[in-house]
Amino acid sequence: MKPLLEVSHVSYSYHTLAGETPALSDITFTVDSGEFLAIVGPSGCGKSTLLSLLSGLLTPEQGTIHINNSPISTHQTNIGYMLQKDHLFEWRTVYRNVILGLEIQNRKTEENLAHVEQMLRDYGLSAFKNARPSELSGGMRQRAALIRTLALDPSLLLLDEPFSALDYQTRLNVCDDVYQIIKKEKKTAILVTHDLSEAISMADRIFILSKRPATIQKTVSVHFDPSELLPMKRRHAREFKEYFNEIWKELNQNE
Amino acid sequence: MNEFSPRQAKFIHDHRRHHHMVTFFRFTIFFLFLAVWEVSTRLHLIDAFIFSSPSRIVQTFIEMSKDGSLLRHTGVTLYETLLSFSLVILVSFLTATILWFSNTISEILEPCLVILNSLPKSALAPLMIVWLGANTRTIIVAGMSVAVFGSIISMYTAFRETDAEKVKLIYTLGGNRLQVLRCVVFPSSVPAIISILKVNIGLCLVGVIIGEFLAAREGLGYLIIYASQIFKLNYLITALIILCIIAFCLYQAIQKLEHHIHKTRKF
Repeated sequence: MKPLLEVSHVSYSYHTLAGETPALSDITFTVDSGEFLAIVGPSGCGKSTLLSLLSGLLTPEQGTIHINNSPISTHQTNIGYMLQKDHLFEWRTVYRNVILGLEIQNRKTEENLAHVEQMLRDYGLSAFKNARPSELSGGMRQRAALIRTLALDPSLLLLDEPFSALDYQTRLNVCDDVYQIIKKEKKTAILVTHDLSEAISMADRIFILSKRPATIQKTVSVHFDPSELLPMKRRHAREFKEYFNEIWKELNQNE
Repeated sequence: MNEFSPRQAKFIHDHRRHHHMVTFFRFTIFFLFLAVWEVSTRLHLIDAFIFSSPSRIVQTFIEMSKDGSLLRHTGVTLYETLLSFSLVILVSFLTATILWFSNTISEILEPCLVILNSLPKSALAPLMIVWLGANTRTIIVAGMSVAVFGSIISMYTAFRETDAEKVKLIYTLGGNRLQVLRCVVFPSSVPAIISILKVNIGLCLVGVIIGEFLAAREGLGYLIIYASQIFKLNYLITALIILCIIAFCLYQAIQKLEHHIHKTRKF
């Protein structure tokens, strides 16, 4: 089977008058359909740059990125991107926030709206459809943001530290929620995080990036028994600690 | 209604008392001022011919209401102010949008805007009379000239200060620059735009009065100049008081608008 996403020899640098800052150098990897990939690395190593490239917000200076065999272009629609904060607009109701993507792309078809309704019901937000975002809890806001992303039915989901703005307790719960939603909707996901335990508790595969300019330093495949263990349960599994130590060592070699 | 705890009841009571006290002193000071003014003119401590007096102002007010001149002058000033205010908002909204769309244009025009904004606009008024003639058009342009450049700069700044991450969100949802403008930049700039309205309604009034000083046959600005030239201080002070009332009412109208928007947007 052909992989869903193919990234080959991608490099990217930022340019200012003060000079050139290489952010990524020669990144090559593939992601299969349905896989959950996590990318960890020291802060400022270019993780977010990688996501911007994958989502088409930036164009690679060298190398190519293909999704479903076609090159990634700007303003494409089959990639969902979840940012660090939920960015729900206070001047819209929860429902109108959730359908923002459909509105922008002019895809408010009956079928798509029905899908949104279904997700709102499934993920416990239908009672808050006409509420303002400020009336929601942190976890609910994050779920609403996820539904907004999923409403466009993306084939690949990018998560840029989506839990970093939440307090610890909410974070663990939302992590479980989001994981279940992604699995239920059968999405392929790439999670960027600096939280090792979060990466291990959610991902099937973990890339460790080196310091800037980032290269893929190591790939760790994560297996739990049973494989559908929820993130919170994974944290208690025997294997968790081993993976943690392995990645921790690898990251510290960096220093 | 809910039962309050004694401490809550005391808090509410104290709060009300404070509120009543403030209102009481406001009115007392106002009426005391009027009384002192009236009495000192009657006792010839100050010259009523120069300082006028409350009773004379009331008399003038009634006289001018009867012959309709009061309504005419007030109406003209109000009309000119509202028209120039609307034009200021329209022009600065459109200009700020264009500047936001193109960084190149905004960079090119920045020095012009800064210079025009810091120029004393009353210096332009004589030029406008020559160019446009001594008519309503000049007065409206004078009203606009005081407010428009500052308004463009503030509105453009408000647009620019939109949260970059929120802008990014629209792009990640497949939006273009026009949609960024419509979905994020405009709605998130509403509070800033309201405060720009508040500043500019006052500035437009200033500009219109300057214009009327120089190029009018009607309006409160004309009335003030005319009254000072023929030494009818009763007219002058009446006009000033009406100006105070207009300024207050215009500001209140925008305050009401702000309140209404806050309520519908709930934040």
